Amino acid sequence: MTEPAASGTPWSPGREESRPDHRTATEAADAAAVDALARAWAAEVEGTSYVPMGSDELVDYLTEISADLVAALRARPLDPTVGHEAGRRLVAAHFTGPSTVERTLHLLSTRLPELLGDEVRDDVLALAGALAAGYATTLRDRTLDEQEAIRRAVIVARHQTEQALHASEARFRAMFYEAAIGIGLGDLQGRIVEVNPTLTQMFGYTAQEMRRRTVGELAHPDDLPSVWVHYERLLAGDLDNFRVEKRFYRKDGEEIICNLTLSLVRDEHGRPAYQVAMLEDVTERHMLQSHLEYQAYHDTLTTLPNRALFSDRIDRIFAGTPAGSSRRVGICFLDLDGFKAINDSLGHEVGDLMLQAVATRLADQATDGELVARMGGDEFVVLVENSRGVAQLEALAERILDALSAPLVLAGQELTVSASIGVVERPVVGADTTDLMRAADITLYSAKADGRGRWALHDPGRDEAEVTRFALSAAMPAAIEHDEFFALYQPLVSMGDHRMRGVEALVRWHHPKLGVLGPARFIGLAEETGAIVALGHWVLVRACRDARRWYDAFGHEAPFVSVNVAPRQLHEPSLLHDVETVLAETGLPAHLLQIELTERALTTDEGAPLKALDGLRALGVRIAIDDFGTGYSNLSYLRKLPVDVIKLDGSFGEGLRDAAVANPVDERIVGTLVDLGHALGMTVCAEGVETAAQATRLRMLGCDEGQGWHFAAALPSEDVLELLADVDGPPWPGPRDDTSATNGAGVTTRTRDRDTSRT
Amino acid sequence: MTRPAWAPQDVDIDRPSAARVYDYYLGGSHNFAVDREMARQAIADWPDLPRVLQANRAFMRRAVRYCAAQGIDQFLDVGSGIPTVGNVHEVARAALPGARVVYVDIDPVAVAHSCALLADDGHTGVVHADFLDVEAVLGDPVTRTVLDLDRPVALLVVALLHFVGDERRPADALARYRDALAPGSHLVLSHASADIMPPERADDHVALYKRTATPMSMRPHDEVVGFFDGFSLVDPGVVGIPFWQPDGTLPDGAERNPGYAGVGRRD
Repeated sequence: MTEPAASGTPWSPGREESRPDHRTATEAADAAAVDALARAWAAEVEGTSYVPMGSDELVDYLTEISADLVAALRARPLDPTVGHEAGRRLVAAHFTGPSTVERTLHLLSTRLPELLGDEVRDDVLALAGALAAGYATTLRDRTLDEQEAIRRAVIVARHQTEQALHASEARFRAMFYEAAIGIGLGDLQGRIVEVNPTLTQMFGYTAQEMRRRTVGELAHPDDLPSVWVHYERLLAGDLDNFRVEKRFYRKDGEEIICNLTLSLVRDEHGRPAYQVAMLEDVTERHMLQSHLEYQAYHDTLTTLPNRALFSDRIDRIFAGTPAGSSRRVGICFLDLDGFKAINDSLGHEVGDLMLQAVATRLADQATDGELVARMGGDEFVVLVENSRGVAQLEALAERILDALSAPLVLAGQELTVSASIGVVERPVVGADTTDLMRAADITLYSAKADGRGRWALHDPGRDEAEVTRFALSAAMPAAIEHDEFFALYQPLVSMGDHRMRGVEALVRWHHPKLGVLGPARFIGLAEETGAIVALGHWVLVRACRDARRWYDAFGHEAPFVSVNVAPRQLHEPSLLHDVETVLAETGLPAHLLQIELTERALTTDEGAPLKALDGLRALGVRIAIDDFGTGYSNLSYLRKLPVDVIKLDGSFGEGLRDAAVANPVDERIVGTLVDLGHALGMTVCAEGVETAAQATRLRMLGCDEGQGWHFAAALPSEDVLELLADVDGPPWPGPRDDTSATNGAGVTTRTRDRDTSRT
Repeated sequence: MTRPAWAPQDVDIDRPSAARVYDYYLGGSHNFAVDREMARQAIADWPDLPRVLQANRAFMRRAVRYCAAQGIDQFLDVGSGIPTVGNVHEVARAALPGARVVYVDIDPVAVAHSCALLADDGHTGVVHADFLDVEAVLGDPVTRTVLDLDRPVALLVVALLHFVGDERRPADALARYRDALAPGSHLVLSHASADIMPPERADDHVALYKRTATPMSMRPHDEVVGFFDGFSLVDPGVVGIPFWQPDGTLPDGAERNPGYAGVGRRD
């Protein structure tokens, strides 16, 4: 900025001296001249330059200069520096406009002689010349100063801008070189111009190698056509950027997956100039995601799709099929027969190998794009998403059974495996996943019920009955926990004196909705589902506790308790230990416990079960064969079995029931069996004794014990106690009554139901 | 490649600068050949132009004096350009010796020049910022150091807004300044207008300024008045520049001055 403009002090020392003492006429005239000159001068130059003064200030400023000029003209000799100084002050006040000096010189050279007299004309011209020189010198200096100042300002501004630019470029370069994402710059011809280190690492090329490549060479066969359409549009300037997930090949041929953002850079006229690619390597994320997806949807043991994938797929079928579609769907729901026994007897490792082998064989059968999935455990499913009809599914089921029929060699041993298959084939419309799966489940059970190694086709008519079965089997585990089961005891009577020797424990289910259910309703289901193990254990505990109460009350008079053990329980390696534990916990003497097994449980399996029986017998527990004569009845085999009692099936006694006529063949068979049993040192017990005639005949044939409603039905535990306490002896007919009794007069009123079924 | 928005602007002295052309009109030598060439052409087209701009500068002087007379001792001169002569701090200090002034401009050369001139003056400061970036102007440490924004400030927007097109929403920026300033603050504003100008001259002049980094937008009277939204105009309102509280005789051709000026008070 310039110095303050209006700061002039009176310049001439001579004027200071003369003014106070000698106010002459000349001096008064001069003052008027100064005033007149200043006003004329202000009027002349106002607006010729920008001067930061109001009009009055301007007159004041010029008055001071005018006074100096007039004083100089009065002094002798003329001092030209006064003119110089006047010129300097004009410039100092920023009278820098060219017309200011022009008008000033003209004014001074005309007005001063007018005001002061013609004799000063020469001096006025000299003074005006000095003013012009002073003005020019000062203005030149000022101009040069200002020019220097503005140039210096430019240099400073440039320097600062360069520094700022340098800093921002340094930041920009750092960003480019240090960025964790790959950045590449390409021209409009697709040539790669610049790449950052991350990009070279991603692609395995050096920067130089990258620069020899073109964008077009980065194409990948999996690229969607739209990628390259977008690319062309971008280069044409129709698109400013786009983002896409794209695969690339590295130099080593490996594939990487990147999130690519391609942007167009325009020049200052808005024309396309460059393309900038930013790539983020998401390969690992992809791999992890696919791995997780694979894990979520596949079974690790067999590598087959799992239940989740199957469910997704089948849900999609039902959700994605429009109403009115004739699409059909089919599934084979498959469960290995006796897998649990294999697992238990040969170990889980063999079991796992078997599942893997089965999975492979199943997968081999999926020749038509069927989905083979492991649903869990030993359950598999084969899904036909677009079924051509029932025949296709039936053929598939046959093929599967066939494929499984060849023996498997697992861990050095040859094993046979069979499976049961429930087949469902139906239109998609009108059903849902739940319907389909329930139908498959039910059908699988009915296939199992029909025997092993079979397939069954879903029969909608059978649904109702099956649904109840299904519901019952599903409810059973909870029912055991909720103590919905209870035990009844049917007396086992000595044929000689009709006294009660023991009781057979029989289980009932007090179903909260269906009432009391007999074993026929649920034992089969329990065996299918495996719930029989838990249920059997529950019965064992209950029976031993009750027997212990009788023993406590009656000591040696107390009856033994006979408990049924299902084949599946026999395969439980813990059976012997369980029995031992229960006996120890209840304190029941071992000789008061009898274990009943079906004939089939003993003849179809070898090894482990027999060992368990030996162990039980070693404890003092007796072993009985239930329903003897209904199974294979391999009599020679019987010899080897560790058995104490055979219970003849009730069917043998049927021919002996009638009071008047007995079937002689039946009599001979029963007699032979009794003799055989006795020959092997076994006790023989007849089941299903219903009439006095039967009782008599069986006694005559040598049966040791009898059981049936001729004597008593199944009784609650308390009734057994009462019965024992009765000093009059048992309420049922004695042996002497049998010969005469041909009606049911002796049947106890306490009989609740006819109970001849096992369990 | 265009320079990214966050990179600093280059110093280009091959283009005329409005700040340096203005200096030339006022008789200064803080300018280069390109600036003078453009100024001479403008003057050739419009001989009154130096007077018009001198009148504008004179208005600023009167307005600063007016504000100082109201007791305002803080001045924020946005678009200050090249401080040539009769600068705000000189004018203000003539009335209030302790007056504080912050000069703001977007032209890096103008800023560098101001910094050099004011280097030793603790009561002035220079900020390199865009008028429209209100937060940058008011939030700059220099502004915060020199001015106390809790007290009234005179905001000078003199001969600036005709370089800011409507698309950049100058009124919004003014509103933000208004909201940020303490009650009692004043807005001092002058603006070029084509209201009394022959249309062809206005067009020529606007075309001429397209050479600079700061093209021109003339505005009519009502739009200039609109810039005072939220301020109470002091007498005589928004008027032709020489007519705003003239001190002494009106200069020749005052009625031909094609600009408006006004001062408003934020209540």
